[in-house]
Amino acid sequence: MSLISTPAEKSAMLEGAAVKGRSLWEDAQSRLLRNKAAVFSLVLLGVLVVLAFLGPLLWIHDSSHIYRDRVQLPPTFEHLHIFGTDAQGRDLFARTLVGLRMSLMVGVVATMVSLAIGVIWGATAGFVGGRLDQLMMRIVDVLYSLPFIFFVIILMVVFGRNIILIFVAIGAVEWLTMARIVRGQTISLKGMEFVEAARAAGVSQFSIIRRHIVPNVLGPVVVYVTLTIPVVILAESFLSFLGLGVQEPLTSLGNLISNGARDMEVAPWTLYFPALTMMVTLFCFNFIGDGLRDAIDPKDR
Amino acid sequence: MLGYVLRRILVAIPTILVIITVAFFMMRIAPGGPFDLERPMPEEIRQNILAAYGMDQPIWKQYLDYLAGLARGDLGPSLKFRDMDVADIIGQGFPVSATIGLLSMTLAVLVGTVFGSVAALRQNNPSDYAVVAFATVGIVIPPFVVGPILALTIGIYLGWLPSGGLDPRLGMTPDRLILPVITLALPQIAIISRLMRASMIEVIRSNYIRTARAKGLSAPAVIVKHALRSAILPLVSYLGPASAALLTGSIVIEQVFSLPGIGRQFVNAALQRDYTVVMGVVILYASLIILLNLIADLLYAALNPKVKYD
Repeated sequence: MSLISTPAEKSAMLEGAAVKGRSLWEDAQSRLLRNKAAVFSLVLLGVLVVLAFLGPLLWIHDSSHIYRDRVQLPPTFEHLHIFGTDAQGRDLFARTLVGLRMSLMVGVVATMVSLAIGVIWGATAGFVGGRLDQLMMRIVDVLYSLPFIFFVIILMVVFGRNIILIFVAIGAVEWLTMARIVRGQTISLKGMEFVEAARAAGVSQFSIIRRHIVPNVLGPVVVYVTLTIPVVILAESFLSFLGLGVQEPLTSLGNLISNGARDMEVAPWTLYFPALTMMVTLFCFNFIGDGLRDAIDPKDR
Repeated sequence: MLGYVLRRILVAIPTILVIITVAFFMMRIAPGGPFDLERPMPEEIRQNILAAYGMDQPIWKQYLDYLAGLARGDLGPSLKFRDMDVADIIGQGFPVSATIGLLSMTLAVLVGTVFGSVAALRQNNPSDYAVVAFATVGIVIPPFVVGPILALTIGIYLGWLPSGGLDPRLGMTPDRLILPVITLALPQIAIISRLMRASMIEVIRSNYIRTARAKGLSAPAVIVKHALRSAILPLVSYLGPASAALLTGSIVIEQVFSLPGIGRQFVNAALQRDYTVVMGVVILYASLIILLNLIADLLYAALNPKVKYD
């Protein structure tokens, strides 16, 4: 495979020799790095991710170990129960980390499910156009008006609280907006002069999609993905709060908050710490998403 | 206009039919049934019970019977509560949920409009920052975190308001509705403030507002008569999704504050496989969401002379 393949890339190389050009992404990166809230959130989220995935392995307490003599201990440095212990005598810090890990995993995986469905649906509708487009978007409109969460609840009750099902069910609910965004972008890009120019210059269909369509659709999609992850985390927590999400011995932040809310009169810390962890995580995703939007599409500001 | 409404209703009918069908078969495919007990009952009794509810018929027959019942306006009997129809159960829970939902919606629209407008008119002032910060926090913190914390602080520590439940003799008294209504409204207040702020900022920069100011109208008159009228349009088109969010949110609110509303009945019925109650609530909520969306769209057309439905 040669490094320089298409005429467009060759001319880009020649230009690059004369003036150091900046790509869309380099531009976006520098704008993102100037956004303090986004950078701070990015660092904080990085720390949270590392804690969630390495923490449970390294922390001195196991998340499911029961200390019979240490039930509902307030936060203390004795035995290093820094978040205290829960109603069964388990270390809350370890449980919060495990719960965070589950919430992050649900958030990312379910968002990927919605991404896959939404991009395929939206790109097909936008690219093919005509009657198929009409029909596909009409279906999206109808689905928009459904009380989806009810179906998710029925699904959870009916088929048992299976973790794969949670991924798919939530992902299948959240793809609608993604489909709309991708369709809109595809349609507006199809008619752009630079796409027409590329076509006139004899660039192949595949290269047009790769060089012009994909990079331009990618921006809004990346932004929307970042903003969907917290929505999905909330949806899973909502189910867990109702007792319909992930099951013991697995746990998620929603589960912990639900238990904390039940025990809050005697052990309020079992509510505070998981709730705080969830809020910080959601804040990070929202600030990163907003920052990315401003960076990738500065028109929107 | 009338044609538009008719067309929307025509689209709504198949939509609701699809919902009914999917929900019906989803519940029936599931393992387990409403008459499963800890101890298995004798087979003959089981058969008799199934026959009494028509559940010994083939499933397509049950489905057609159910649809026929619906056409007569009959949602069927509850499978778990003896001597109660689904309509009775919904009739008990719906007033509670509807009251909380309506109050929350009113609160959210009023407070959100004021917050958003004030922030827009004092852009980059402390009050603007306060509203933006509040909106950011309000969108991120879910009701199932706000609810328990409010119940704990205001209800239990301070003892100002009851932290949950309704007085069975008095029913819905204001003191027991305040916390649930605020909790349910909070995220919507945040979203509406954000929407209003953005659209108000855009409107007050437009030429016709400058004209109104230039011809000497007082500032309040410009804002209330001219700016608010068009700034409120994005809010109106958000009312449909907002009502859907409130209906969904009520499930959690009723759980947190142990209120006997329809959302809690739905979750309990789903857990106990009370098929008919689940179906009834799903049909009710789906119709409500479709209806509220239609009303929001009509309101939008009424307020925006640029939009004509025909």
